[in-house]
Amino acid sequence: MSEPRTLYDKIWDAHVVEEQQSGNSLLYIDRHIIHEVTSPQAFEGLRVAGRDLRRVETILAVPDHNVPTTADRETRVDSLESKTQLDALERNCKEFDVDYIPMMDARQGIVHIVGPEQGFTLPGTTIVCGDSHTSTHGAFGALAFGIGTSEVEHVMATQTLILKRSKNLRIDVSGELGIGVTAKDVALAVIGKIGTAGGTGSVIEFTGSAIKGLSMEGRMTLCNMAIEGGARAGLVEPDDKTYDYIKGKPKAPKAAEFEMAVNYWNSLKSDEGAKYDNEVLIDAAAIVPQVTWGTSPEDVLPITGVVPNPADAHDADSKASTQRSLDYMGLVPGTKLTDVKIDKVFIGSCTNGRIEDMRAVAEVVKGRHIAESVEGLIVPGSGLVKLQAEQEGLDEIFKAAGFDWREPGCSMCLAMNADKVLPNERCASTSNRNFEGRQGPKSRTHLVSPAMAAAAAITGHLTDIREL
Amino acid sequence: MDKFTKIRAVAAPLPITNVDTDMIISQNHLRTIERTGLGKHAFSNIRYHDDGSERDDFVLNKPAYRNAEILISGENFGCGSSREHAPWALTDFGLRCIIAPSFADIFYGNCFKNGLLPIKLPQDIIDDLMEDAEQGANAIFTVDLENLEITRPDGEVVSFEIDGFRQHCLINGLDDIGLTMERSEKISAFEEKQKIQQPWLYK
Repeated sequence: MSEPRTLYDKIWDAHVVEEQQSGNSLLYIDRHIIHEVTSPQAFEGLRVAGRDLRRVETILAVPDHNVPTTADRETRVDSLESKTQLDALERNCKEFDVDYIPMMDARQGIVHIVGPEQGFTLPGTTIVCGDSHTSTHGAFGALAFGIGTSEVEHVMATQTLILKRSKNLRIDVSGELGIGVTAKDVALAVIGKIGTAGGTGSVIEFTGSAIKGLSMEGRMTLCNMAIEGGARAGLVEPDDKTYDYIKGKPKAPKAAEFEMAVNYWNSLKSDEGAKYDNEVLIDAAAIVPQVTWGTSPEDVLPITGVVPNPADAHDADSKASTQRSLDYMGLVPGTKLTDVKIDKVFIGSCTNGRIEDMRAVAEVVKGRHIAESVEGLIVPGSGLVKLQAEQEGLDEIFKAAGFDWREPGCSMCLAMNADKVLPNERCASTSNRNFEGRQGPKSRTHLVSPAMAAAAAITGHLTDIREL
Repeated sequence: MDKFTKIRAVAAPLPITNVDTDMIISQNHLRTIERTGLGKHAFSNIRYHDDGSERDDFVLNKPAYRNAEILISGENFGCGSSREHAPWALTDFGLRCIIAPSFADIFYGNCFKNGLLPIKLPQDIIDDLMEDAEQGANAIFTVDLENLEITRPDGEVVSFEIDGFRQHCLINGLDDIGLTMERSEKISAFEEKQKIQQPWLYK
């Protein structure tokens, strides 16, 4: 009888090509997603070295970071640099014969939303992308993580990476989530508890009844933010929800092969007695809707809280960093979070740009109108999400409420396109990072769930969704 | 890739925790298809005023640190994005070594691909080195990757640890893609086996 293993151990072991003398492993990579920002230098590297792609069929390319989200997007790429990157992706894909979804294709969207939608993301696989939010795909029980461009090139040429095994961190969220509490709130609460470096060197496996209870969309939101807790990857064991989601997707296995795959996927769970290096237990019922107040995702509090006082910090470093955050955010200690007025609302991103997120927003804003002082932007994560939302009539609800309904892309999550938060503007955002300048120079970001963002749009200030 | 064996250079103090990748290279400057030329954008949000002029309060703008090749900083350096533009910007700017209590995983790995040496040391040692670095132009350190030693301005030696394979590649400026391609037969054997077990991955 072999030692009990974790889900992570199982996927890792199934992909080791060889153990190297250095103590590293050569790990096989099954799936590779690329976008326009982190791939051009990798293609160039291959060209310079005269190397080819080892398995072109394992790569899926989609432009997302730079694409405009306005209806006239085809003729409106906002800068020459953006156009250069978008054109380079198209040219490289043509030259190397890579499966490429162009900007004007109905399937286009954010890589981490498109992969699952296309059935490209499958349980038990190793998935990489030159993008830290690749952790999203861990929701399917895939070992998925972000890599740098040199590694993108390494995978292109060899279908492998040289890696050291990570530690196993289990985060268990058990019990029932309260009304108005979503996967996003769970993610933020986890980061609040472990800190942005809490998962460094580890892969997080999310377990517990609250995780099992999440939809695939919710699990993707949660795994998406594993990287904000410092973990390169997050994992949820696959189950019937996973298989139902995958079944029938264009690139998913079909018929008898699907049954064969499910049979294998059912083995992808941590064994009884498997050892974790660290375990964190969280009571689902105790989680309150969350909002960030500072410039790191760990600067997070329940919406019922007040802006912290640097004087209360437990050491000099954290006092200095709290002060720095407050200065940047333009916040006064002691202010009730629900009194913080906002200028913009951004709903979208690889964290919260899926159909379930659109529905959650529609539920809040239906029959209401956003505050006069607020500008609201809703950006579906993909063309398919957009289509689905429009079939359900959600776009009409959004527009009637005063929101701008856009074309799919990364949009205001990171402002590499025309969608930006202006200097000193404050934005309630469903994205994943509140770093200084993330949504535009001097932008001030408050990370929240879609329902909380929608509520803030209606009232014009951060709002407890449970009170609306 | 540039080799890294030993450097003797000024170290600059940047006592901030969670220096994120947006701070190192902001998203405005990711829209390039080159690896070079990003040095002028390194730390742009804290290095320049809105009009593009330099901020006197940013450490690497101060005369004593303009030629710094070593940066000493706080916990979780490089957190956030996977963008390799971060180490590209730092090396193009002239930095060769970052010393911090901890680094984010992806950034840490990216450094080694670009001749940039990230060194992890315990917080109390970082505190001492930070104090050394405050001495301005006199904050001259030697970082010796072969012997895994840092020599402080006063001559005291501090040891550090690095994965042996990464040390070897950095010292010799090796391209690990070339090394892995030599393992091609092993990779093919893996694929043959996986193809039987999970044929749906080979469509």
